[in-house]
Amino acid sequence: MALLEVRNLRVEFPTRRGVLVAVDDISLEISEGEVLGVVGESGAGKSMTGSAIIGLLEPPGRIAGGEIRLEGERIDNLPYEKMRRIRGAKIGAIFQDPLTSLNPLYTIGRQLVETITTHTDLSEADARAHAIDLLSEVGIPAAERRFDSYPHEFSGGMRQRVVIALALCVNPRLIVADEPTTALDVSIQAQIIALLKRLCRDHGTAVMLITHDMGVIAETADRVAVMYAGRIAEVGTVRDVVKHAKHPYTEGLMGSIPLVGHDVERLTQIEGAMPRLTEIPTGCAFNPRCPKAFDRCRTERPDLLQTDGATQAACWLYDRETAYV
Amino acid sequence: MLAYVIQRVFQSLLVMVVVAFAAFIVFNFVGDPVDNMLGQETSAEEREELRKDLGLDDPFIVQFGRFVTNAVHGEFGISYRLQRPVADLIAERMPATLELVALSAVLALVFGVPLGVFTGINRSSWISQLILIVSLVGVSLPTFVIGILLIYIFAVNMGVLPSFGRGGVVEIGWWSTSFLTVAGWQAIILPAVTLSLFQMTLILRLVRSEMLEVMRTDYIKFARARGLTDRAVNFGHALRNTLVPVITIVGLNIGSLVAFSIITETVFQWPGMGFLFIQAVGFADVPVMAAYLVMIAFVFVMINLIVDLLYFVVDPRLRADKAVAAGN
Amino acid sequence: MVSITQSKDHPVNGAPRSRMARILDSDLFYSFRRSPVAVVSAVITLAYFLTAGLAPWLAPYDPFNAASLDLMDAFTAPAWTAEGDSRFLLGTDDQGRDILSTLIYGGRISLIVGFAAVAFSIILGVGVGILAGYVSGWVETVIMRIADVQLTIPAILIALMVDGVARSALPLEMREDMAIYVLIFSIGISDWPRYARVTRGATLVERNKEYIQAARIIGIHPVTIMLRHVLPNVMGPVLVLGTIGLALAVITEATLSFLGVGVPPTTPSLGTLIRIGNNFLFSGEWWITLFPAVALVVLVLAVNLLGDWLRDALNPKLR
Repeated sequence: MALLEVRNLRVEFPTRRGVLVAVDDISLEISEGEVLGVVGESGAGKSMTGSAIIGLLEPPGRIAGGEIRLEGERIDNLPYEKMRRIRGAKIGAIFQDPLTSLNPLYTIGRQLVETITTHTDLSEADARAHAIDLLSEVGIPAAERRFDSYPHEFSGGMRQRVVIALALCVNPRLIVADEPTTALDVSIQAQIIALLKRLCRDHGTAVMLITHDMGVIAETADRVAVMYAGRIAEVGTVRDVVKHAKHPYTEGLMGSIPLVGHDVERLTQIEGAMPRLTEIPTGCAFNPRCPKAFDRCRTERPDLLQTDGATQAACWLYDRETAYV
Repeated sequence: MLAYVIQRVFQSLLVMVVVAFAAFIVFNFVGDPVDNMLGQETSAEEREELRKDLGLDDPFIVQFGRFVTNAVHGEFGISYRLQRPVADLIAERMPATLELVALSAVLALVFGVPLGVFTGINRSSWISQLILIVSLVGVSLPTFVIGILLIYIFAVNMGVLPSFGRGGVVEIGWWSTSFLTVAGWQAIILPAVTLSLFQMTLILRLVRSEMLEVMRTDYIKFARARGLTDRAVNFGHALRNTLVPVITIVGLNIGSLVAFSIITETVFQWPGMGFLFIQAVGFADVPVMAAYLVMIAFVFVMINLIVDLLYFVVDPRLRADKAVAAGN
Repeated sequence: MVSITQSKDHPVNGAPRSRMARILDSDLFYSFRRSPVAVVSAVITLAYFLTAGLAPWLAPYDPFNAASLDLMDAFTAPAWTAEGDSRFLLGTDDQGRDILSTLIYGGRISLIVGFAAVAFSIILGVGVGILAGYVSGWVETVIMRIADVQLTIPAILIALMVDGVARSALPLEMREDMAIYVLIFSIGISDWPRYARVTRGATLVERNKEYIQAARIIGIHPVTIMLRHVLPNVMGPVLVLGTIGLALAVITEATLSFLGVGVPPTTPSLGTLIRIGNNFLFSGEWWITLFPAVALVVLVLAVNLLGDWLRDALNPKLR
């Protein structure tokens, strides 16, 4: 049984011009200790999926269909109080901007201790000891001394380390990390990613790593799901997706990444832009931009299909009836 | 820390000097004080005499220096209208105003802040919506209309509360207080409610919007993602962070109470400084106006100073030693 | 959050739409139609303006024509009460003036003063704000420090002080005639810092944009640049501030007039009428003060509600 199972998840936003579907019929799973990368352009629905999993979709957004299971139990329809006990304890979260994720008026120690005592029976003193251990583990020098420092007394990279410590402090089974390095300096990004990877391996924590940066995914993830316009376009192991992409969108995406040591004439580029949620075309959402589109793509929407490679792709090219006529 | 305090105090002093200068200009150049003090039939010699006595022949800067010195000692000359020293007039009326303002401030805060927090947290409940609509009516009701309405209901129709004056006051030294007699309490209720209503609704709305602002921040979302209880999120994190702006609001609010006490005092014929001032404006009684101007400026400068110093206590970012922040 | 913005200038069907159609289709108009409170308050506000504009034709009597007044009519109760007189719907005051007529004319004075004061505030505030934002240096520092200090003092107090000083400065015989201008000036000067702040912010943002640099290089006059590029950007916030400012100015005017330092009794505003009526509250002539008070509160409430809605609809970060 997978640790996290998402089945046919649908997230909607009612607006004055009709209901927008931000996440449309997504299914994915994450096993114990696995790192799943979720990659896509902004607006592809990857953050919405993350918010839905931790139960913090911002109104008027709502889960309109499907289910989310953690360790086999449904968590998408839990009452607020029950879900609250899961958040932080079983599912941790890391957000994009470490500068704004921490409450500026409280010391980082206090924020750690309050999280630990909320979810465990540890005494204040034990929680403190645990928090200091964690701070050293995430690489805060002189953790004991910095315990009583305020967030503004740390640099951006250090703050994200504190945020990671906060996400991990009750040993959750899963961490949803939404663009954890985007707001950081490039030089620090690699450190933070390495840290996250090491910690999760040590603690056996699974990670859903949401990012638009394919480089980060390639370095960190075990498997990757590529999202496009609210749906999953392709999913497979990182190696397969990067090296042997099957969905034309993924192919285009990979072709646009400069690789050191590969002498390519010029980087490929996908024509056009991802459609707005109000203007998603019928059929496959990618069809207007797809170089290989044919009639069926414009009328019918493909589900994930086993490709001739190792990945699954939502593309009619891999439907036996169509592909081999 | 010390540098910050010194800088603030210095700024406050600067503002006071500027205000004193404005008051001095008004005092000296708006109408001729000699004309104002003497009748039409005075001889030229007598005028010259008085001019010299008042020091009006001295150089400008000397006159200003004397004005400031006198002001520091609480002397602002003689009221044209009442022919009495302004300092005495103000001293007589100060307790009435301060007691009224103090009681109103307590009322405004005790009701305004909790209601603001409540409507900020439960933003879509119908009780919040109702409170908000009522509060907008409160903001739209001019203070003097509230006063008249309360007088009409409680003094004219029901006849249970007095409509003017302070009722029974008890003298403690030079201070006269309403708070020690039943009649005093009865007399202060209507003016205090009148004065506080507008500020109460203002505080409510400002606290609410601050609360909503904070609720949208990333650290509140992150606090929820950490699974903290609603209680901890709302009161531990959100409320604490609204405290900084709320302190400003409360500071400004007390200042506003002092200003609006002018209106309340007029409606209820409350024998305070505001009533004195409004009569002075009507009669162009410049010394009283100048004194009131300086007094008010002093009150506002003090409030601002206290607010600035309170920030310091609440917000660790201001307490920060910049060297520490740079050191990692 | 998901944002939906439709391209308004290039509709899918290709035909350019008229300005009216664009207004009717705009998010602002949509939110207006969806908010009954906004519609009702807009209608009420409009009605006040119309009544003010058409006062000479709408009012049953000319309350300022001393010849038409009859002291025998004084203190007539409203028409529907036992002692009422059908000639005077809302009764008469101590001089026998028809309350309805004084109300209509009084509302007109209140609106004129309020409107003129807000216009003065906006012109002063926006002008000074652009100057501060564009010039920078010590001029900016001085202007914004003054604005900061003034913002900590309630507007009504500033208005009272300025009004008091200006009155004392005027010779006695001119005080009556100049009263209304003094009032507009005092109220206007009490509220400029809010506009100056918003404008300066917008100016600072625009000033550093490249097209401004480009415009400067090709020799377009700074004033032209500011007027053409900065003004449109501050229109929204200024509209919101101005609407709320109008409510505030009307209250301030009424308050000053109630205190007896506003408009002269010969041209009474709503505040003056309430002041007059207040003297007769104890003797039972409640209508003299009630109707002007209701008229004032309804006006201010309607304008406030409109401003409140406008702020939410335009949703700039205003408080």
